[in-house]
Amino acid sequence: MQFFLEVLLGGLLTGIMYSMVALGFVLIYKASGVFNFAQGAMVFFAALTAVGLHDLGLSLWLAIPLTMLVMIVLAMAIEKIVLRPLVNQPEITLFMVTIGLTFFIEGLAQAIWGASVRKLEMGIDDVPLEYLLDTLGIAISQFDLVAAGIAFVLVAGLAMFFSKTKVGRALRAVADDHQAALSIGIPLQQIWVIVWGVAGFVALVAGLLWGARNGVQFALTFVALKALPVLILGGFTSVPGAIVGGLIIGASEKIAEVYLGPYVGGGIEGWFPYVLALLFLLARPEGLFGEKIIRRI
Amino acid sequence: MKVALKTLLTVAVLTAGSAALAEDQFIPLPSYRVGPYAAGGSGFFGGAVDYMSLVNANGGINGVKLIWEECETEYNASRGVECYERLKSKNGGASMVEPLSTGIAYGILDRVAQDKIPMTTLGYGRSDAADGRVFPYVFPLITSYWDQAAGMIKYLGEKEGGLAKLKGKKIVHLYHDSAFGKEPFPVFEAYAKELGFELIKLAVPHPGNEQQSQWLQIRQAKPDYVILWGWGVMNPTALKTAQRNGYPTSKILGVWWSGSEEDVIPAGDAAKGYSSMTFNTPGNYPLLDEIKKKVYGAGKGNMEDKSRIGSTYHMRGVTAGILWVEAIRKAQEKFGKGKVMTGEQVRWGFENLNVDEAKLKALGALGMLPPVKTTCLDHEGSGAVKVQQWDGSKWKSITPNWVVGDRAMIRKMVEEGAAKYATEKKITPRDCSKEG
Repeated sequence: MQFFLEVLLGGLLTGIMYSMVALGFVLIYKASGVFNFAQGAMVFFAALTAVGLHDLGLSLWLAIPLTMLVMIVLAMAIEKIVLRPLVNQPEITLFMVTIGLTFFIEGLAQAIWGASVRKLEMGIDDVPLEYLLDTLGIAISQFDLVAAGIAFVLVAGLAMFFSKTKVGRALRAVADDHQAALSIGIPLQQIWVIVWGVAGFVALVAGLLWGARNGVQFALTFVALKALPVLILGGFTSVPGAIVGGLIIGASEKIAEVYLGPYVGGGIEGWFPYVLALLFLLARPEGLFGEKIIRRI
Repeated sequence: MKVALKTLLTVAVLTAGSAALAEDQFIPLPSYRVGPYAAGGSGFFGGAVDYMSLVNANGGINGVKLIWEECETEYNASRGVECYERLKSKNGGASMVEPLSTGIAYGILDRVAQDKIPMTTLGYGRSDAADGRVFPYVFPLITSYWDQAAGMIKYLGEKEGGLAKLKGKKIVHLYHDSAFGKEPFPVFEAYAKELGFELIKLAVPHPGNEQQSQWLQIRQAKPDYVILWGWGVMNPTALKTAQRNGYPTSKILGVWWSGSEEDVIPAGDAAKGYSSMTFNTPGNYPLLDEIKKKVYGAGKGNMEDKSRIGSTYHMRGVTAGILWVEAIRKAQEKFGKGKVMTGEQVRWGFENLNVDEAKLKALGALGMLPPVKTTCLDHEGSGAVKVQQWDGSKWKSITPNWVVGDRAMIRKMVEEGAAKYATEKKITPRDCSKEG
C-alpha cells in the first residue's frame, strides 16, 4: 500500500508538471481558437533565453523579467506577421501556421543561444523531504511540491483573469467568433498579443521548472507531447481542466508503467496516456471540462 | 546569432576550399549541430574537424590535404541517408563516412558496401559488425557495445572482490527503449546466467525526460548497482531522479553515451560520484595543446565554446580523427604515398590499422585511447574500456589500466550474430586467409 501511495503521489506531481505545459495550449485555444503546436518550442525558447541571459552575467531574477519582455515581443511579432493576415481563416490553416512557427522558434532559439545543454539552478533542492521519508517511508521531492504550488497559483490567477476581468471576457468573445467580436469593437490584434504574451509567460514558467529539473536543452520541446493527452482529457478550453487532466495522466501513466509495464516489456508510459485519451475521446469528445459543441443543422 | 554567422562562414569557406583542390582527400561529415543531440554531435564532429585541421596545418598526410563538408542530419535517420547520398560522390568521392548515429548507420549499412565506402561506427552501431568477413565496409572501432557491457560486468565484479562475488547480487539495466538500449541484452543475460546475479531490465521511453516510475521500481527492488544505458536528456534526468528517490549515485554505472560533461553538469550535485564507461582517459595531452596552439591559435578552431576543448565528446572526435588519418596513412603505405586514396583503399587501411603505444606517443596522445590493431577478422581492434568518475567539476579515471571483459565470449556472440546476418542477406563471408 505504501508503495502504491508513492507511485500515485509521484504520478500526481509529475502530472502537474505536464499541466504547466498544457496550460499554454489552453490559453491560446480558449482565446483565439488556434491549436498552438508551437507551445513546446515556446517553452524551449523561453527557458533558453532566460538561462542564456543568466549565463551572460545577469542575475536570474533579472533574466526572468527580461525574458518575459522577449516573449511579449515574440507575441507581437507573431500577431503582426503571422496571425493578422489570417484573420477569419479556417482553423486548420492557423494550425498549420503554428507547425511552421514551431520549427522557426526552435531554429531561432538555437541560432541565438547555441545548442549546448545548460544547467539551471533555481535554488530549490530536488531531494526527498526527510520528514516524509523518515515517518512514512515515502520519497517526495521538495522541488515537485514547490512546482505544484506554483501551478496552483498560476491556475487560480488565470481562472480569475478569464472570468473576472474585462480583458478575460473579451478573450472569450474573440474565441467564439472573430468577426462578431470585431463588430462590437473588441480590438482583435491587442487581444491576440495579450493571449500569446500570457501563453509566453506560462511557457517561461514551465520551461524554468522543467529546465531546472533536467537541464535546459532541446528535449524540452518534447514535453509538449505529454501535454496533448492532458488536453484531450481536461478539455481544450478549460484552465482547471488542464490541471485535472494532468493529474489523471500523470497518475495513470505511472501506475500503468509500474503495475502493467512488467507484463508487456515495460516502457509503456510513452504511449499509455494516448491510449487513455483515445478511450476518453470516444466517451466524451469535449473532455472533462471542455465546452460542449452544439450546432444547429 | 554568432553561431548562425559562423555556420554560414564555415559553409562558405568549406565550399570554396572543396572546389579549389581536386587532389585532396575528401571526408563527408553527416553531422548534427542542432536538435536534441547537438551537444554530442557538435563536440564529436568539432573534435574530428580540429584534428583534421591540425593534420593539414602540419602538411597533410604525406602532403595530401584533407577536405571535408558537413551536412546537418539533426540525428534523423532519413536525413542522414540523404546527406550520405548527397556527399558520397563529391570532390572525387568519399574516402569514408562516420554518421555518429545508430539509425543512420543502419540506414546506410548496405549502401556503403555497394558504394565501397568504409563506415566507422566508433562506440555504437551493430556489435556483430566487428566480424569483417561479413561486414567488410563497417568498422565499430575501439570497442563495441557488447565489449563495453562485458567490461562493465568485469569492473563491477572487481569492485566486489571478484566476478564470483556477483552471485546473488541485483543489477538493474535501465535502458533507453530503442535498439541502442537493447543492444547489450545478450551480454548481460549471458553473464547473469553464468555468474548468478539477478538482472532487472527497465525501459525508459524516448526521450527519457520523465523517469519517476522507473526509479520508484528501482527504489523498491533495492539493487546493488544500476547500469544506465542512456542518451541525451535521459542521462541528467536519471541522475536527478535517482537523487529525488534517495538512490546513491555512486552505485550507478553509465554507458559511454551517458558519460559526458553535458550529461552531468545539468544534474548538478546529483551527479557527484557518478561513474561511467569511456574509451578515452580524461585529462590533458600534448596533442590537445598542439591543437590549441596551431589550430585555435590560427583562428581555425571548430569549437564555439573553447572550454569544451578536451571534453569527453571533443576528445572522442579527436580520437576518431586519429583513426581516420592513420587508416589513410596506412592505405598510402600500400597504394602509394602522397596519393589520394579511394574508398576501397581506405577500407584496406582501416582493416590493417596498427595504432600502438609508440604511435600514440608520437602523436602526443599516449593513454588517451587504447592501442588499436584491426584485422580482416576483427574490425573492432581493441575491446578495452576505462571507468571515469565525475567529481563535481571534471571527470577522473578510476581504473588505472584498460579494462577488458570476456573477449572470447563476446567474439563467439559476434560470429553468431554476423553469421545470422550473412544468412539473412545471402552474403558469402570472406575468407580472411586470402586477404592481403
